[in-house]
Amino acid sequence: MTTVPSKLYADDVSLLMVLIDTNPFFWSTVKNTFTFSNFLSHVLPFLNSILLLNQLNQVVVIATGYNSCDYIYDSSLAAPNQRAESLLGKLEEFVTRDEELSQQNSIEGVWSSLLSGSLSMALCYIQKVFRSGPLHPQPRILCLHGSPDGPGQYVAIMNSIFSAQRSTVPIDSCVIGSQHSAFLQQASYITGGVYLKPQQLEGLFQYLSTVFAADLHCRSFLQLPKPVGVDFRASCFCHKNTIDMGYICSVCLSIFCKHHKKCSTCGSVFGQAQTNVASASDRKRKTTET
Amino acid sequence: MTDGQVIKRARYKSSVKDFGVPGVLKMTRERFFFMPNDPKSSARLNVEFRLVKGHKFTKEGSNKQALLNLTVDQGGNYIFEFDTFSDRDACREYVATAIAVSGEAGRAGSERSAAPLQDEQLSHAEMERRIRLLQEDSELQKLHKQLVIGGVLSEAEFWATRKKLLDENASRKSKQQVGLRNDMFHVKPSSDGQSNKVTFNLTPEIIHQIFAEKPAVRQAFLNFVPSKMTEKEFWTKYSRAEYLHSTKNVVVAAAEAAEDDELAVFLKQDDMAASEARRKIRRVDPTLDMEADEGDDYTHLPDHGLSCDGSKDVTDSPYELYRRSLLQELNRHAAVVLEGRAIDVELGDTRSVAEALARSKQDDLTDEVSDGNINQERLDRISRMAEIDDLQAPRDLAVAPLCIKDPRDYFDSQQANAIKSLGDTLAGAKQMKCSLSTAEAYGSLRDYISEIKTSGLNDSIVKPEVALKVLNGLTQSISSTKYHLGKNPHESVLDRLPYVAKQELLHHWMSIQELLKHFWSSYPITTTHLFTKVSRLKDAMSQIYPKLQEIKESVQSDFRHQVSLLVQPMLQALDAAFAHYDADIQKRSAKSGERPNGFV
Ligand SMILES: [Zn+2]
Ligand SMILES: [Zn+2]
Repeated sequence: MTTVPSKLYADDVSLLMVLIDTNPFFWSTVKNTFTFSNFLSHVLPFLNSILLLNQLNQVVVIATGYNSCDYIYDSSLAAPNQRAESLLGKLEEFVTRDEELSQQNSIEGVWSSLLSGSLSMALCYIQKVFRSGPLHPQPRILCLHGSPDGPGQYVAIMNSIFSAQRSTVPIDSCVIGSQHSAFLQQASYITGGVYLKPQQLEGLFQYLSTVFAADLHCRSFLQLPKPVGVDFRASCFCHKNTIDMGYICSVCLSIFCKHHKKCSTCGSVFGQAQTNVASASDRKRKTTET
Repeated sequence: MTDGQVIKRARYKSSVKDFGVPGVLKMTRERFFFMPNDPKSSARLNVEFRLVKGHKFTKEGSNKQALLNLTVDQGGNYIFEFDTFSDRDACREYVATAIAVSGEAGRAGSERSAAPLQDEQLSHAEMERRIRLLQEDSELQKLHKQLVIGGVLSEAEFWATRKKLLDENASRKSKQQVGLRNDMFHVKPSSDGQSNKVTFNLTPEIIHQIFAEKPAVRQAFLNFVPSKMTEKEFWTKYSRAEYLHSTKNVVVAAAEAAEDDELAVFLKQDDMAASEARRKIRRVDPTLDMEADEGDDYTHLPDHGLSCDGSKDVTDSPYELYRRSLLQELNRHAAVVLEGRAIDVELGDTRSVAEALARSKQDDLTDEVSDGNINQERLDRISRMAEIDDLQAPRDLAVAPLCIKDPRDYFDSQQANAIKSLGDTLAGAKQMKCSLSTAEAYGSLRDYISEIKTSGLNDSIVKPEVALKVLNGLTQSISSTKYHLGKNPHESVLDRLPYVAKQELLHHWMSIQELLKHFWSSYPITTTHLFTKVSRLKDAMSQIYPKLQEIKESVQSDFRHQVSLLVQPMLQALDAAFAHYDADIQKRSAKSGERPNGFV
């Protein structure tokens, strides 16, 4: 770490954790419109400009791969005046390592990257900073993500989101894929971050510097893109129908539209509702607010 | 309670020390009179109980006066001394009821509502508790103000449905039982300085404490009194022993004990207390090494290491029996005080106190398992407490591990809606599925990286016209979201209402709930009180009805529909109550109407 007297940390000093999607399958699908080098040519200047905004600003980049994640850049460890381009070497190494972990020669179906892993790493880093003393830069997480959501990571990602919410770390999302991400939408909504899906990727730098460059203190004075509203209504596990009221397994929180004898998710056996009154009270409202 | 009158001989005193004017005290329901024996005396009294605020009295005791002190509103007081405590108590009880009755009458006069549910006699503490509850909860206070002060419900009715609230608060400060005194040397011999007589003062309280601290004395009392000696003789002997102890003259004590077997019981060390102590030691945590820290304190030194009287501290084995250490007494005393009042017996009767204490000790003993079991239990405890966690096999927990068959279900349950709200469809996702070779994909990714590595960053990152387009697009979408906000289905309708309207709606909803609760709980109507209560409640509810209509009309037209949706259930609940009320009234009038019709 640069030896700067900690008292200089004001509320406009940022620690920006950037998670970049390095899923090769995602970048292969978009290579005709927006290549990975295009992407980097927008992101690297953005990282440099963050570092220029405040001498004490810190940028950490985590690569979200297909098989693994890793830190590829930390401005506090870099030599003075070294620019973000220095991450390219580490990025190359990371991609090679990520490939070595691959077990199949080809991929069929949905291929999502390890967002839960990189979110957890970012949060761990932030926790370390929090514990370094009472004075530290204000952390936030920016996900530059394009791969589709991985349903299998649901529990891990939601846990990360709630953990970020608990430590009041906003998760900003900039979706560069063609489809929206339900994960990131929730992440930004729950943690009070900004969710954005740029319409024109060739202007990505403009989006990044307009929406995501301002520190948390400045945000209170700015009008940033707001969510139109997230529909958190759940659908039942049994028919995938959207429901307002239903039964919730008290063990695993699975949702069902009608009474079952046994939970299909965790196998818990439900007690028989004895009377109509009892079954009415068993019926819990699924709250739509977080 | 007697409702006639009470007449007792008493002396009217201007102060506690004053001898007082002898005469007769007469109490009737409304007032009390004092007539001095000397007709010429001016100390005549005729006072209404209405003016009496409270009464104080002396505790019953051998050397105490039987006093009754009546305090009046203006700050004065009347002190009477009675010949006996029973006379005093008769008057005291009469006064207590009289004050309560007259106080209630006074209040009832000032209150308009004639509630047959008689207002409870509220203690000051109870009143304060209610006030505190109201202060803590502004919603409750609002309701109370509206319904009780507004005359719809009586104070008692209002709180009757909140008994739990009061109870919970009450249980917080449980009635405290008075413990034992913690000073040790209350049995101090006092000498008048002239004769050689030494006096000990024993009260039932002190006797209780002696019995509790010295089981041998207690046992002796049960053994000797009254078969061998009277209670007085017993205590004289005990006092003699205490006196000998206080002189610390072990030799004399031993000599006297040799001559008097009964006295010896008091002088010797208390075997029962000692065995009780040994039993307690066995229950101490076995991993606690008491010998290890023996050096840290002075327990191994007699009298706590303080040399009280060095010359007599030579340990002479024949006299050792008669020596008592200060520390032992102190510990014993502390243990008894901390144990608290174990028995619940009137302290007056010495024998029953002794028996009750003996019984409670016996219970303790039977609770304990036999010695053999104790040893086994000690061993078990040692092995349990000396357990080293990492050397133990993992314990089987009584909980089943959570096993989730497929966590993807959670995602599917939410994703569909979330994506829908952004205007996406899952069809887009399906399109992206395609077959790719791993090596190819990674290879091209690496190519892109080396491409930028060699070419470096572009001179202009973004083309100006693209940047402008982005800025315009962002500005437009930000300014348009303002208008979209209203369409957010997850915002509560209430939040968009003007603050006043929202508060009013919430308050009406609360009042309606409260009124309906009282309304429905009044059925079936069995008394005229319930009848008037129900009609009062109905009136109050019908006053809210138009107010709801007003709110509906006062809000902007965009909200009117939403508000009417909110108000609808309230109106329905009220309508149901009104319908029931009307039907009940009709039934009643039909019933009462039948008879006159039949007669006419
Ligand atoms: Zn279903
Ligand atoms: Zn379950």
